Amino acid sequence: MAEALALADVVAGYGQSTILNGLSFAAEAGRITTLIGANGAGKSTVLKTVFGLLRPRQGSIRMHGEPIGGLEPRALLARGLVFVPQGRNLFPTLTVRHNLELGGTTLGDRALLRRRMDAVLERFPRLRERAEGQASALSGGEQKMLEIGRALLLEPKVLLIDEPSIGLAPKVVAEVYALLRGLAESGVSILMVEQNVRAALGMSDAAVALEQGRVGLMGPAAQVLADTRIKALFLGGGLAAAG
Amino acid sequence: MTLPTLSRANVAALAFIVAMTAGLLAAPLFLKTYGVYLLSLWALNTVAAIGLNLTLGYAGQISLGQAAFLGIGAYAVAILMKAGVSFWLGLPAGVLLAFAVGLALGFPALRVQHHYLAFATLGFNALVFLVIRNEEWLTGGNFGIRVARPELLGHSLRSGIDYYHVCLAVLAVTALLVWLLLRSPWGRAFACLRDNPIRAESLGIDVRSYTLLAFAIGAACAGVAGAFLAPLVNFIDPSPFGLVPSIYLLLMVIIGGPGRFFGPFLGAAIVTLLPEWLRVADVWYLVIFGIFVVALMAFCPGGLLAVPEKVAAMRAARRSARGSAAGQAGARP
Ligand SMILES: Nc1ncnc2c1ncn2[C@@H]1O[C@H](COP(=O)(O)OP(=O)(O)OP(=O)(O)O)[C@@H](O)[C@H]1O
Ligand SMILES: [Mg+2]
Repeated sequence: MAEALALADVVAGYGQSTILNGLSFAAEAGRITTLIGANGAGKSTVLKTVFGLLRPRQGSIRMHGEPIGGLEPRALLARGLVFVPQGRNLFPTLTVRHNLELGGTTLGDRALLRRRMDAVLERFPRLRERAEGQASALSGGEQKMLEIGRALLLEPKVLLIDEPSIGLAPKVVAEVYALLRGLAESGVSILMVEQNVRAALGMSDAAVALEQGRVGLMGPAAQVLADTRIKALFLGGGLAAAG
Repeated sequence: MTLPTLSRANVAALAFIVAMTAGLLAAPLFLKTYGVYLLSLWALNTVAAIGLNLTLGYAGQISLGQAAFLGIGAYAVAILMKAGVSFWLGLPAGVLLAFAVGLALGFPALRVQHHYLAFATLGFNALVFLVIRNEEWLTGGNFGIRVARPELLGHSLRSGIDYYHVCLAVLAVTALLVWLLLRSPWGRAFACLRDNPIRAESLGIDVRSYTLLAFAIGAACAGVAGAFLAPLVNFIDPSPFGLVPSIYLLLMVIIGGPGRFFGPFLGAAIVTLLPEWLRVADVWYLVIFGIFVVALMAFCPGGLLAVPEKVAAMRAARRSARGSAAGQAGARP
């Protein structure tokens, strides 16, 4: 099966500290691969490194076979790799429409941007209703939908998404997951980070558990979820909290 | 659906602009020469502060070197006019030079932020000041350069009121251009840079170019102000382009309300005109002004234009606190 993303022996960190220490794993095309790990394990660091916000010190990162290590976010966006970071990512003082528009910064073609925006608003009727209102007036779930909608503006091949369920009610989480599932069915490859292990692995195809900057455990999501070692990896109670 | 509220805000802004324009055009009827000169100075300070507001208020890059760009614009015009070049050719030359130097000053901002950037820009201002003061062959040093008022379409602008109208027109054109810039998709990205550079970068906003342009456009505005300042005062020397004037320009932006379109108008009015009104207070002026600034920053760091929102928020908080207290007490009204 085709690999959408492949990391091999990646070393990365901040300043003196090394967070990813020889990390190797692959995310298959058209699938949802979920990264799990304790707080501070380096899950977000993986996404930031893949997206070029952090430069890998060693190792290779490939997207659909082509090396992308060291490329800047702009270049990666142009290749169809998009990133929805952890937490809130909207510009609260701008309107919903203007927030959405910012997702098309790299498109460069006004007419194309307008068509894509119409398509996204078509897909999210609640955003269309509130298009001229301030983004900060949206509910948490609507804000996450807007962030995802904004990422979809580029019609991505690969979507990186960091803890989309954080701070959302279970019902809204289910909606977000259903949306991501639908994207995967339509061929988008997704690399997701989640703390909410049980729910996330329940809707993922594959799982990668990070441990000390490397892969502790990896395989089909159901298999990883059933593994007894997963409890050992989450001494802090990641799985207990999720279950 | 939201259109009515939008147009209501627009109508209010429009009414404000019309009233302000009418007031400014009528002002010379009630003022002496010096008053008209002060209003001209206010208009040009506002132009420079609008530029700094773009750099600082919208793009979030601190700059303590804005007066240096004022100096670059002023000296470019003065030196070229002394060499026999027309003001109207010196003007674009000065603005372009300020833009280019502003672009160069943007480079440190790509590496450092906050107080480091403040000192980098302060150092730049000190450097420009020293060049102006010491390169006597070019700038006249402390002796300065005389600058005549230019002509416009064969009409001399020697009269204070005529030149005041020119300054107002310069302000109107600059404000309009910056307004158009800020409400374009391109200009909105400046605010993203300020709110969260990483977030902006994740969306593919070219943070590098935007940072450089925020400095360059801000500097160009100061260049425009400086170019018109030289003929206004008829004579330039290094003093208005040192560190203290830079801090006053920063104060204009901060007092008015950084990131607010009309902030520089208000801030420049207070910093330029208040000293004159408080002249009766003599040495106490600086004390009063200092206390005012400290109080404003402590009470409402968003500047004067943020005060109404702040007051409304405090009222709402008090009302809800009273409401919950009443709820707890049960019987209290
Ligand atoms: N910008 C930064 N500068 C320095 N250290 C950082 C930075 N960001 C993260 N770190 C450190 O890197 C380590 C991994 O952080 P990271 O954010 O990747 O963890 P995470 O697995 O996503 O955690 P969480 O579940 O809390 O989101 C942590 O020890 C953190 O303190
Ligand atoms: Mg994280």
